[in-house]
Amino acid sequence: MTASTVLTADILQTADNLRWEVGPGFHEQLMENIYAEASQLADRAVTWPEEEPKFDLDRTIDRLVTSHIFGFPIMILLFALVFWITIVGANYPSQIIYDVLIGRIYPFLQQSAQTIGMPWWLSGLLIDGMYLATAWVVSVMLPPMAIFFPLFTLLEDFGYLPRVSFNLDNAFRKAGAHGKQSLSMMMGFGCNAAGIIATRVIDSPRERLIAIITNNFALCNGRWPTQILIATLFIGSLAPFYLAGLISALAVVSIAVLGVLLTFVVSWSLSRTMLKGEVSTFSLELPPYRPPQVLRTIGTSFVDRTLYVLWRAVVFAMPAGAVIWLISNITISGTSIAEYMINFLNPFGVLIGLNGIILVAYIVAIPANEIVIPTILMLTVLVTGINAGSGAGVMFEMNSLAETKTVLVAGGFTLLTAINLMLFSLIHNPCSTTIYTIYKETGSKRWATISALLPLAMGFIVTFMVAQLWRLFIGPG
Amino acid sequence: MSTETKIPRPAFDSSACASCPAHNAGNLLKLGVDMSDWDYVVALGGNPNTGKSTVFNALTGLRQHTGNWPGKTVTRAEGGYSYKGDRYKIVDLPGTYSLLSTSLDEEVARDFILFGQPDVTVIVVDATRLERNLNLALQVLEITERAVICLNLMDEARRYHLEVDDRRLARDLGVPVVPCVARTGEGLPELLEAIHDVATGETVCKPYRLKNESPVIRHALDALVPKIKEAFPDLPNAQWVALRLLDGDQRIIEALNKGELGDLTVQSPLEAEPAASIYLDLEVTT
Repeated sequence: MTASTVLTADILQTADNLRWEVGPGFHEQLMENIYAEASQLADRAVTWPEEEPKFDLDRTIDRLVTSHIFGFPIMILLFALVFWITIVGANYPSQIIYDVLIGRIYPFLQQSAQTIGMPWWLSGLLIDGMYLATAWVVSVMLPPMAIFFPLFTLLEDFGYLPRVSFNLDNAFRKAGAHGKQSLSMMMGFGCNAAGIIATRVIDSPRERLIAIITNNFALCNGRWPTQILIATLFIGSLAPFYLAGLISALAVVSIAVLGVLLTFVVSWSLSRTMLKGEVSTFSLELPPYRPPQVLRTIGTSFVDRTLYVLWRAVVFAMPAGAVIWLISNITISGTSIAEYMINFLNPFGVLIGLNGIILVAYIVAIPANEIVIPTILMLTVLVTGINAGSGAGVMFEMNSLAETKTVLVAGGFTLLTAINLMLFSLIHNPCSTTIYTIYKETGSKRWATISALLPLAMGFIVTFMVAQLWRLFIGPG
Repeated sequence: MSTETKIPRPAFDSSACASCPAHNAGNLLKLGVDMSDWDYVVALGGNPNTGKSTVFNALTGLRQHTGNWPGKTVTRAEGGYSYKGDRYKIVDLPGTYSLLSTSLDEEVARDFILFGQPDVTVIVVDATRLERNLNLALQVLEITERAVICLNLMDEARRYHLEVDDRRLARDLGVPVVPCVARTGEGLPELLEAIHDVATGETVCKPYRLKNESPVIRHALDALVPKIKEAFPDLPNAQWVALRLLDGDQRIIEALNKGELGDLTVQSPLEAEPAASIYLDLEVTT
C-alpha cells in the first residue's frame, strides 16, 4: 500500500462515518444552503422596480393560452392559421418556379441533348429521370416549406411551443409517458430524426423508448407537402372556391391532430404492455415571451430547415428519378419492371383503399418521404399512358394543380384514395434516416425494427378499416 | 500540439504541468475534444433557456438554430474562434439547473467542467432570474477557479425595469461579470476580452465559495476538507469534492479510488485509466 492509497482510504472512511452523522437530509440541506446563498447574493445585486407593474402581459397571455377552456382551441386555431397561410401563399410561387424549371429549362435540356447527339437512354436517364424528378420536388416543395418553416420557427422563438407542452403534459402523464415527450414530439414535427435525438432530454429509458417509437406520429417535413397537396386537390376542391383554402388547412390540421392522438394511444398501450413502469416527474419552465427577431428567424429557418430539407429531397430525388426511369424502361417480355411491381401490389393496395402505384412509390421513397408524390405522378403517367409523347417514366408538363389532379384521377384516384393516402402518409414506417437514428440512439436492432414495423402495420390496419367502412356506407371508392 | 511559447499560467495554478500549453490535452481528448489546433478551451454552461446557444453562435459565427424553450441543446456543440492571435475552442454544454448529477445532462456538464478542466468556463446567466441562475453559478464556481459570468438578457431586465449591479456581483462572486444582450451582440467584445484575460491569467479569479453555514454540514466539512487537502494539495476544489463524498456521489468516489482526482492536480493523463462513463455520455452525434 502506498502513502496515497492510505490517504485515499482514510478520506473515504471519514466520509462514510460523517455521512451517518449528517444524516439522510444532507442533499436537501445542501440545496437549501446553496439557495440561501444565491438568494443573498442576488438580493445585493438586483434592485426591483418601485412598484409592481399593474398589468403583466406575459402572465395574461399565459393564462389565456394554457387555460383549460381556451388552451386547445387556441392551439388548433394557431396551427390552422399557419397551414392556411402556407396553402394559400404557396400556389403562386410554385407556379412560377414550375414554369421556369419545367416549362423552359426542361425543353431546352432536351433540345441540347438532341443537338449534341446524346443516346436516348442517357438523355432519358439524366433529363427525363433525374432532372425532372428534382425539378418537380423543388417546385412543389420549396414554396410551402419557405412559408411554413419560418412561421413555425417564429412561433417557436416567441415561446409558444413550451406552452403547447404544458397543455399536453397532463395527457402524456395519463398515457404513462414522460411530459417532456411533448418537446421531442414538437421537434418531430420538423424532422423525426431530430425528434429522436431530442428524446435525450428524457432520462428514464422506458419513457425514452416510448417517445422514440411514437415520434413517427409527429408529421415531419417530408410529409407536410404530401398532406398539403392532396388536401388541396381532393378535399379543398369539395368546398366552394372561397372556402377551399380554409377547408384544406383544416384537413391537414386534422391529420396532424390525429397524429397527436395516435401518439397518446400508442404511448398508453406501450406503457401498459411492452414498456411498463412508473411515470417520472419533472419541472418545465415556461420561458418569457420574447419578441422574435423576424428577419433573422426567417433567414436561419430558411437555411437550417428549408434548404436542408430541400437539399435532402434533391439528393434522394435524383437517384429515385433514375430508378423510376429505369424500372419504367427496362422491360421483360414487353412489360416494364414498374408495371410488374404495380400489378403485383395492386390487389393489396386496392384492398386497403390505396393502389399499387402508391405502394410502389412508398417502397421507392423509403429513403425520403419527400419524393412520394413525384413518384406517384411519374408512375401514374407510365401506367395510364396519358401524355404518351414523353415516353415511359417521364414527368410531363403540368401547368397547374388542376392538371396534377387530372393525372391522379386518370390513375384511379378517388376521394377515398386521397384520404387513405393522407392517413397512410401519417401512419407508416419512418424514413430510413430516422430508422438508422433510432438504431444509433437505442443501440438495439430490436427496437429499431419495432419502431419501423409497428407504425407500418398500424397504417395498413387503419387504411383497411377506413376502406371497408367507406365501401360499406358511402359507396365504392 | 502547439509548441509556441505561452504566457505563463496564472499563479494559482501552481502544478508543474500547468505552464505547459497542452497540460490537459489528454483528459480533453478522452472527453472527445481534440486540442491539437487550439490554444484554449472554453466551456459554456448555464441554466436552460438563458440564451447559451445564442452566445455560442455569436462567439463562433455558427448558425445553430436557437429556440425559445428549455432543453434545446441536447448534444454538446463545439465551435471555435480566434481572438488576439489565440485560437479558442468553445464547447456548448447542455443547460442545467444544477450540477448535482441527477440526470444525464447534468452529469455531462459536470464531468466536462471537472475532468475536462477547461481554461475558462463561461456561465451564462439570465439577468431577470438572477437568484435561480446563481444556484448553478455557485456550483460551477465550487469546481473551477477560472470562470466568467455572462449576464445575458439585459434587454429583458431593462424591460422589467430591473437594475442589476454587475460590479457588485463581480465583487461578490470574485470573477468577471459581463452584462450582455447576446441577441444583438451588445457586450460581446467585453465578454471576449474577459475570457481572454482569464485564459491568459491576466485576470486572477478569487471565486466565491459556499459558506455552508448550517452547523451539521459545516462540522462535517471541517473534518473532511483538511484530509482531502493533505492528500491532494493542489486540488482547486477540495470543498466541493468533500460535499460530493458526503452526498455519496459514486462517480466521485470512483474517481478517488482510481486516482483520477490526483490527475486533476498532477497531470499525468496518459497513464490515467480512461473513464468509461465519460466516453459513453459525451459521444457527440452529428
